[in-house]
Amino acid sequence: MDTIRADFPILHQKVYDKPYVYLDNGATTQKPKVVIEAVKNFYEQTNSNIHRGVHLLSEKSTEQYEQARSMVAEFIHANSTNEIIFTKGTTDSINLVAFSFGEKYIVANDEIIVSEMEHHSNIVPWQMLCERKQAKLKVLPFDDNGELCIEKLDELITKRTKLIAVTHVSNSLGTVNPIAEIVKIAHAKGVKVLVDGAQAIQHTAIDVQALDCDFYVFSGHKIYAETGIGVLYGKEKLLNEMPPYQGGGDMIKEVTFEKTTYSDLPLKFEAGTNNYVAAISLGEAINYVQAIGIETIAAHENKLVQYASHKLGTIDGLRIYGTATNKVSVISFLVDNIHHYDMGMMLDKMGIAVRTGSHCTQPVMAHFDITGTVRASFAFYNTKEEIDRLYDGIIRIKKIFA
Amino acid sequence: MNIHEIQNEIIEEFAIFDEWMDKYEYLIELGNSLPVIDETHKTASNLIKGCQSQVWLDAELQDGKIQFSADSDAIITKGVVALLIRVMTNRSPQEVMYADLFFIDKIGLSANLSPTRSNGLVSMIKQMKMYGMAFDAKMKQEL
Repeated sequence: MDTIRADFPILHQKVYDKPYVYLDNGATTQKPKVVIEAVKNFYEQTNSNIHRGVHLLSEKSTEQYEQARSMVAEFIHANSTNEIIFTKGTTDSINLVAFSFGEKYIVANDEIIVSEMEHHSNIVPWQMLCERKQAKLKVLPFDDNGELCIEKLDELITKRTKLIAVTHVSNSLGTVNPIAEIVKIAHAKGVKVLVDGAQAIQHTAIDVQALDCDFYVFSGHKIYAETGIGVLYGKEKLLNEMPPYQGGGDMIKEVTFEKTTYSDLPLKFEAGTNNYVAAISLGEAINYVQAIGIETIAAHENKLVQYASHKLGTIDGLRIYGTATNKVSVISFLVDNIHHYDMGMMLDKMGIAVRTGSHCTQPVMAHFDITGTVRASFAFYNTKEEIDRLYDGIIRIKKIFA
Repeated sequence: MNIHEIQNEIIEEFAIFDEWMDKYEYLIELGNSLPVIDETHKTASNLIKGCQSQVWLDAELQDGKIQFSADSDAIITKGVVALLIRVMTNRSPQEVMYADLFFIDKIGLSANLSPTRSNGLVSMIKQMKMYGMAFDAKMKQEL
């Protein structure tokens, strides 16, 4: 593991004179040297706008950008690169589907189902769609362990249900949802499924064909790439039927003032100059992850979350939110009556970075009747020693409040 | 003591802490010593909602001076609230309106006031000054 930590320059610094413990990987992951170097090299040697120039560097840029697309397609087992749309991030991908799928398939009184544990990004775009089309938003609840009540899904689906939007992994509870099972139930009734993979892509192997989901979305920055790039995977047939989301350069075939024809997939959904450098960095990051092996990563992270659950669980008065049987990389907790914000501020001064608050999942907080939690989220470069530091920090804070 | 002098007094008090944890322990102490706001004043209209912590602020005009009372669900926030009240309460509306709050930066707590923290403190200061303006207008009307 030491060799892996050496790949991440940011981890080797002190904050407030203390070794930095970064446990906010759910918010964003740190970048390995190969990704940082690739971006630097690209700007120093290759940079030119994609899909436009006839000159050598523009061709090289385009080639690297399209190569990144192939790598993403391969990484998540898509059928073809036509199914991989580059976006700004998970939120952008969801908004794209909410608009374009909505335009094509949603009419008044139709229904869309989201789960109670969704990130606001997988709620609000659907609410906006429902407002636009006078459609109805329905909610699939979860139980107190943080597991979806799958048995309620069947009765929730009606003839008017068009789509289910559900997260693969909960960002505030860590629950891994049974996506393949949800898709099976949905497809049996002709309902499409969008999966928010923002918290899954970096922790577990993804096979969109095995899951059989219709859309799968994620962000590059959560899997060790730069910020500003996201992916929308969609089944080719659906993407072909859906109208473009935004108009502009790159997404057109021919423009006259009378009529414009659109590009074929995937460019049809990539209006304007995309963040091609970040896309290339995503290719590098996937390369890096594959060299280590996503299974190796998952195994190490699983050990960390087990260790942390056990160790933090021994602290008197500590309550863990999200105790699903199948969970990854996230521990949400509260201790005694200590406010999550106070805990987070104090841990920060001990050099430990965690997230506090509602984690953009206010309905999850409402479920447990709390205003927020402290969230420690792990990546494969984290260590047991760092979890011990977190433990010691909590104990110290408990004493201050005692 | 005027607003300026009382801020200098606070800065002196904090000068003895070189450890962050000691500073927080003192803030917790201050937070705990803040007179409890009357529950009837913890209304939705007095609530300043932050993303991280929440603050309730109430104000009354008594003999030409504003009396602030406040509370927060997070104790460190409450400690800062206690300091703000110590500086701002029992002042004329004009003094509150034009108060230059320099002590927060000087005692190293300005990170608590960055808008992204959204702990309600920035809005609380704004709200205090709004009360200053409102009471000032009211007093002028009554003259």
